[in-house]
Amino acid sequence: MFRLEKRPTPSTFWIYATPFLAVALTMVAGGILFAILGKDPVAAIKLIFFDPLFSADYASYARPQLLVKAGPLILIAIGLSLGFRAGIWNIGAEGQYVIGALCGAAAGLAFFPTDSRWVFPLMVAAGALGGFLWAMIPAILRTKFNTNEILVSLLLVYVAKQLIASAALNFLRNPDGAGFPGSRNLAQIPAMANPELIPGTGLHWGGVAAILAVGVAYVMLQRHILGYQIKLAGQAPRAARFAGVNSDRLIVLCMGFSGALAGMAGFFEVSGPAGQITIDFGAGYGFTAIIVAFLGRLNPIGIFFAGLLMALTYIGGELAQLVLGLPAAAIQAFQGMLLFFLLAVDLLANYRIRFILPGAR
Amino acid sequence: MDLSHMNAGVLVASLMVASVPILLAALGELVVEKSGVLNLGVEGMMIVGAVTGFIAAFHSGSAVLGFVGGAAGGAALSMIFALLTQFLMANQVATGLALTLFGQGLASLLGQSYVGQKPPLTGKLPFGPLADLPFVGPVLFGHDWVVYFSVLAVGAISWFLTRSRGGLVLRAVGENHDAAHSLGYKVRLVRVAAIGFGGAMAGLGGAYLSLVRVPQWTEGMTAGAGWIALAIVVFASWRPWRVLMGAWLFGGISVLQLNMQAAGSAIPVQYLSMSPYLITILVLVIMSSGRSRASLGAPASLGQNFHAAR
Repeated sequence: MFRLEKRPTPSTFWIYATPFLAVALTMVAGGILFAILGKDPVAAIKLIFFDPLFSADYASYARPQLLVKAGPLILIAIGLSLGFRAGIWNIGAEGQYVIGALCGAAAGLAFFPTDSRWVFPLMVAAGALGGFLWAMIPAILRTKFNTNEILVSLLLVYVAKQLIASAALNFLRNPDGAGFPGSRNLAQIPAMANPELIPGTGLHWGGVAAILAVGVAYVMLQRHILGYQIKLAGQAPRAARFAGVNSDRLIVLCMGFSGALAGMAGFFEVSGPAGQITIDFGAGYGFTAIIVAFLGRLNPIGIFFAGLLMALTYIGGELAQLVLGLPAAAIQAFQGMLLFFLLAVDLLANYRIRFILPGAR
Repeated sequence: MDLSHMNAGVLVASLMVASVPILLAALGELVVEKSGVLNLGVEGMMIVGAVTGFIAAFHSGSAVLGFVGGAAGGAALSMIFALLTQFLMANQVATGLALTLFGQGLASLLGQSYVGQKPPLTGKLPFGPLADLPFVGPVLFGHDWVVYFSVLAVGAISWFLTRSRGGLVLRAVGENHDAAHSLGYKVRLVRVAAIGFGGAMAGLGGAYLSLVRVPQWTEGMTAGAGWIALAIVVFASWRPWRVLMGAWLFGGISVLQLNMQAAGSAIPVQYLSMSPYLITILVLVIMSSGRSRASLGAPASLGQNFHAAR
C-alpha cells in the first residue's frame, strides 16, 4: 500500500520535471491509441514530434508553420494564465478570439478601400477592444451579480460563433464575392494584411505580440504589485482579502487582459493565415490555449515553450493525417490526454508518496 | 411569419422531448455536486455517451441497449475524472475541462465510420386511444420511455437526497467532508460513486440526442448542451424539481426558436440559434444576483479536494 503525504511546499524539482514527464507519458499513451487505430505507433510519434522540424521532406513547409500556430496559442495562454493563477476561470477565450477577429476585420473594412498605414494599428486596437469587451460580460456579471464566470464565458463562445456566422453571411459579406458567404480577403488588401515579416520564419505580427506578451507578463509577475496580488489571491484568498487585495478589481483586470490578448490573436489570425471572416472561423485555439497554459505551468516562459510544443502537435498531426491517414480527431484526443497526464503528475509536486508494507500500521 | 400551425399540445410535447438530454445530464451533475464535486466535463461525457450509445444501438439493433451503451460510455469517461480528482488530487475545474476536450476528440474518433447511419427506432409507448385525446394525449401519453424515465428520475433523486440514508450521507460528504470523514463515512467512495452516476446520466442524455432527437451521429452534436446542464444546476439551486423546471424552460426556448426558424421569421437564423445560450445566461444572472453561494444552496465543500491526513 502507499500513502500520500502533503508536502509543506511544492517540490521545485518536480515542478520543472512534471511537464516533461507528462509529455513522455502522453507519447506512450498516444502510441497505444495509434496502435489501436492500426497505425505504427513509433512512426506516428516520430511524424508528429520529429519530422516537422528535422525531416528533409517536410521541414521546409512545416518549420514556418510552427510560429504561425504557436503565436495565437501563446498570446491567448499568457492572458489565461494570469486569471488561472488568481483562481479566475476565463474558459471562453475562443469566443473572445472570434469577436476580436470580427471587430478587427469590421473596423478595417469600414475604411475599404484605403491604403492608409494607420488602418492596421486601428484594426489591432479594435480586435483587442472587441475581445476585451466580450470578456467584460462575464467579468461584470461576476462582480456585480455574482454570476459564475466559468459558465457565462463558455456559453458566450456559442453566441460569438453565431455572430461571426451571421457576419460572414450578412453584414460583412464580400460585396464582390458573387454572393458566396465570407468577407473580403484581408490578406490581399495591403493596408490590412498581416504578412510574414521575415521570409521563411512564419513570424507575423501575432508572433511579435506573443513574444511581447511573454515579456510583459514575466515582468509583471516578478516585479509588479499586480503580479504579487494575482499570485496571492490564488494561493491564499483569505490572506489576500486581509492584505487589501480588491478581488473585484482583480477579476476585471484578469478577464479584461486575457480577453484583449485573445481578441488580438483573433485579429492577427483573420488578417494573416485565415485571411477572411468565414462562417466557421475559429479553429479551437481558445480551448487548446488552456492546455498550453497548464503545460507551461502558468509561467510565461513555460507557456512560450508549451505553445511551440502544442503547435508542433498541430503540424505533426496534419502530417500524420496526410502520410499515415491518422484521423484529425485522434490529435484532438491526444492533446486532451496531455492535459490529463499533466494534471495527474502534478501530484508528485504537491505530495510525497510513502510506501507502507501491509500490516506495518 | 406564420405561427398558427403550432398547436399548444404538440408544442408542450416537443418541449418535453427537447429538454430530456439536458434534464438527464443536469440531474446527474446535481448528484455529483451534492457530493461536493464539481465536474465540468458534462459536455465531454454527453458527447461520448452520444457516440457509444449510437454504436451500441447500431450494432445490436436495439435502442434500449443503445441507451445502456451511452450510460456505460459516459460513466467510463467519468472514471478518469474520479481517478484524477479523488486519488491524484488534481484541480477539479481543470480536470473537468480536460474531460470535455478529450471527450470531444475521442467521440469524433469513435464516430468516424458512423456518420450518416441511421439508428434503430425508439418507439412511443403504446397508450392506445389515450394518445388521441386533445392536448392531454400528446403531452402525457405521446412519448417514448426515456421521457417518462427522466421525469421519474427527478422524483427518485429528490426522494434519495432527502429521505434515504444514502442520500443524507452523500449530502454530508458534500457539505463538510472532514466532518463526514470523522464520522467514518468513506468520502472518496461516495464521491466516486456519485461521479460515476453523473457520468452515466450525462451519457444517457447524450444517447438520447443521437438516438431520438436528431437521430444520427454528427460531430459536435451536443453543441453546448452539457454546459447548459451545468448552468441549470445552479439555476435550480441544487434542487431536483427546479432542475426539471429549468430543463423545460430551456426546452421551451429551443423548440420555440426552431419553430420560428421553420416558420421563416424575420429574425436571422443565427440570432434565433443564439437565444438559448443568451437566455441561460440571463436566468443565471437573475438567480445568482445579490446572493452568496451558500444562500443559493451550493454544497459547502463544492470543488474542494479531500485529503485525509490519516
